[in-house]
Amino acid sequence: MGPLACVLALVAGSLNASELHLALHSEPKTLDPLVFADESAEAIRYLTEGVLIRINRLTQQPEPELAVSWKVSSNGRRITFQLRKGVHYPDGSAFTSKDVVETFHTLFDPALHSPVADTFQTEKGTVSITAQGDFTVVADFPAPPTAFERLFDQVAIVSCVAKQRPAPGLGPFLIGERVAGSHIVLKRNPVYWKHQPDGQPLPRLDAIRIEFQQNRDLELARFQRGELDLIDTLTPDLYDRLAKEAPGRAVDAGPTTDTEFLWFNMAPQSPLPAYKKAWFQSQAFRRAISESIQRADLSRVVYRGHASPSAGLVSPANKPWFNAKLAPESFQPGEAAKRLADAGFKLQGNVLSDVAGHAVEFSIITNSGSKTRERMAAVIQQDLAKLGIKINIVTLEFPSLIERITRTLDYETCLLGLVNIDIDPSGLMNVLLSSAGNHPWNPSQKTPATVWEAEIDRLMLAQAASGDTAARKKSFDRVQEILREQAPMVFLLHPNSLSAVSSRLPGAKPSPFFPHTFWDAEHFALAGKSAAGK
Amino acid sequence: MKSARPAQLFAIVFLTFVGISALVPRLWTPDSYETQLREALDAPPSARFPLGTDALGRDRMARLLYGTRVSLALAPAAALLSCLVAALVGGLAGLAGGWTERTVLASVDLFMSLPWLFLLLTVRAMLPLNVSPLVSLGITFGLLGLLSWPASARVVRAAIHALRDSDFILQARASGVTPWRLISRQLIPNVMPVLLAQFWIAVPVFILAEATLGMLGLGVSEPLPSWGSMLRELEGGNLRAQPWIAAPAVLLAAVVGCFQLIFPREDYSI
Repeated sequence: MGPLACVLALVAGSLNASELHLALHSEPKTLDPLVFADESAEAIRYLTEGVLIRINRLTQQPEPELAVSWKVSSNGRRITFQLRKGVHYPDGSAFTSKDVVETFHTLFDPALHSPVADTFQTEKGTVSITAQGDFTVVADFPAPPTAFERLFDQVAIVSCVAKQRPAPGLGPFLIGERVAGSHIVLKRNPVYWKHQPDGQPLPRLDAIRIEFQQNRDLELARFQRGELDLIDTLTPDLYDRLAKEAPGRAVDAGPTTDTEFLWFNMAPQSPLPAYKKAWFQSQAFRRAISESIQRADLSRVVYRGHASPSAGLVSPANKPWFNAKLAPESFQPGEAAKRLADAGFKLQGNVLSDVAGHAVEFSIITNSGSKTRERMAAVIQQDLAKLGIKINIVTLEFPSLIERITRTLDYETCLLGLVNIDIDPSGLMNVLLSSAGNHPWNPSQKTPATVWEAEIDRLMLAQAASGDTAARKKSFDRVQEILREQAPMVFLLHPNSLSAVSSRLPGAKPSPFFPHTFWDAEHFALAGKSAAGK
Repeated sequence: MKSARPAQLFAIVFLTFVGISALVPRLWTPDSYETQLREALDAPPSARFPLGTDALGRDRMARLLYGTRVSLALAPAAALLSCLVAALVGGLAGLAGGWTERTVLASVDLFMSLPWLFLLLTVRAMLPLNVSPLVSLGITFGLLGLLSWPASARVVRAAIHALRDSDFILQARASGVTPWRLISRQLIPNVMPVLLAQFWIAVPVFILAEATLGMLGLGVSEPLPSWGSMLRELEGGNLRAQPWIAAPAVLLAAVVGCFQLIFPREDYSI
């Protein structure tokens, strides 16, 4: 009976009803909670660390976490946090203001190279974090910050007495086991400070087993076999397959704040021939391209209906900042042909030529391995062929693509997406300011190359400096309108958040915002031991 | 070898059939490989679309036939290029001997140690962007041919080395035969079976290499089809619900198998 009992115990252990199973598509590069390395590291950080303020992924409203309250001074530059009392780290040490101050001190150390620290930097200086007693912390900003709640949602408050990072944190789970290349097991934090309304401790799960599974087909197969309880992001193809085979398990949480778009290389220093630079610098040409693309087909054909045609850089999912006056660009091939004719382009047979007789032909580069982007490019290729424009689609592995769009500028147009984690307009400063290195169509300008880019710069800086939400909204609405009028970027789609939830998790509420499925994992309770995907 | 003849005959007939179908795809389908019928996405097989349509509503049969034409035309061309380079390099090493042979062999070893996939990705990333899909594919196969000669060069060198010291070559030299005549009349005819064997080995290897690049999304660009790009449908595809999407894989396996069957085994040795 001895060996049999051992085997049964092992099987019972592997089928532990309170162990949630999910997969990440890559192994986190680091588990240091102060270094935002990649999405996998962010997922682990989310589950294992505590923050001062948490943005509710469903309501998008800030909620108190380690800070029970906060007050903004009259000039808007000082925020005073009252910290939660009676909270302890798993090593037994009490959570106090010293931990907060030490965390920010470490975070702002230039040697750490933390991108999270960069979000606290402003042109006018750095943020100062000081303690006033054991449970009061003051953050002094050189200028009134905008959407500061989101800044603090991303900073894990680490223990000041811990000798090294990662150390057990203030999140609902602790890192229990890590097997490189295979999995991480998160164990329940026995001293987690949150409780259920009836006083029962949280989290309700004993553990979360996170496997590293790059292949999405295998991830779905394992979900359907009941080996995984959640899939955080599904491709449209896999979503449709799951929806047919296991109705109710596939969840479309609606549009995300992400945007898929195409942009033109308008950099004067690019090595493109002068006549192609002239095309891309022509507003009429850019608008004509935008009007010739059937966004509804892109959504229906490529995303199987799980995406919304885009009206601009901001998704309707970003309710506070979306400019509701803008509707998605409608498909107007006649209008596009007229614009091109007015700009001197001529259609001879099936070939469109410019004033100098150059046939209009350009390439779209995109990252290899993304079937959705390759299909989008193919749909655009056929749409633009109707105008007499020849498109060459080139897929490049990511480092080569980045090299071309940021350093050599040796490309014509590029199809990529923007993942908008921060819904505040200030989060787009590194994209929209003409001086920004990530300004897609003409990066790192010393002075704005066009009048309308100067206007975007002015409006973006004005909204960032203002504490008046209505004034900020007005400025940012105008930015969205200018982008639409000038079309340096052709906005295509906002993909939906597609995920899968097992029947063992009846309480899961997938959100369009990362992490889509396990943002409230501390409240999860597994319903039974039935196969998850069934 | 007599028992293999029916199989070889079948292979030849099958490859001929595939070749004719690829050359004249209109025999099977009136549709173009690039036309997107956006109201007929992922359609199941029908009289009009014997293999259904793909995710963009394109006739899968038309794409398979055009893809076959592309893969079957360019893979032998790349194999020929590879064999020519191998014959030149291996022949030089085998004939010259001494430090020349050692230098060439060291170069071959160095070349064989290169991670060809990364080399191919690097070279492709440096290519101009505005080239047609066919030219791009031609460049890919050309690179495959130029990168794949070292193994064959070693075999050729060994064959030439053995021939160089053979009695009939010694006799020819003693008779005052000029070097060029020695090469053209004695060495090349005798090493030709080795080169043919290398050629037939290389053809399926290059087809699979293009398929590998296609699976990585770095093969032929849209809208031109190839076996590699069509095999990508299997990634994320539902084989149980749509078994016909496996047609490119089945055809690839059948063609590679047939190439192996018609392989001239009796000519391995010299």
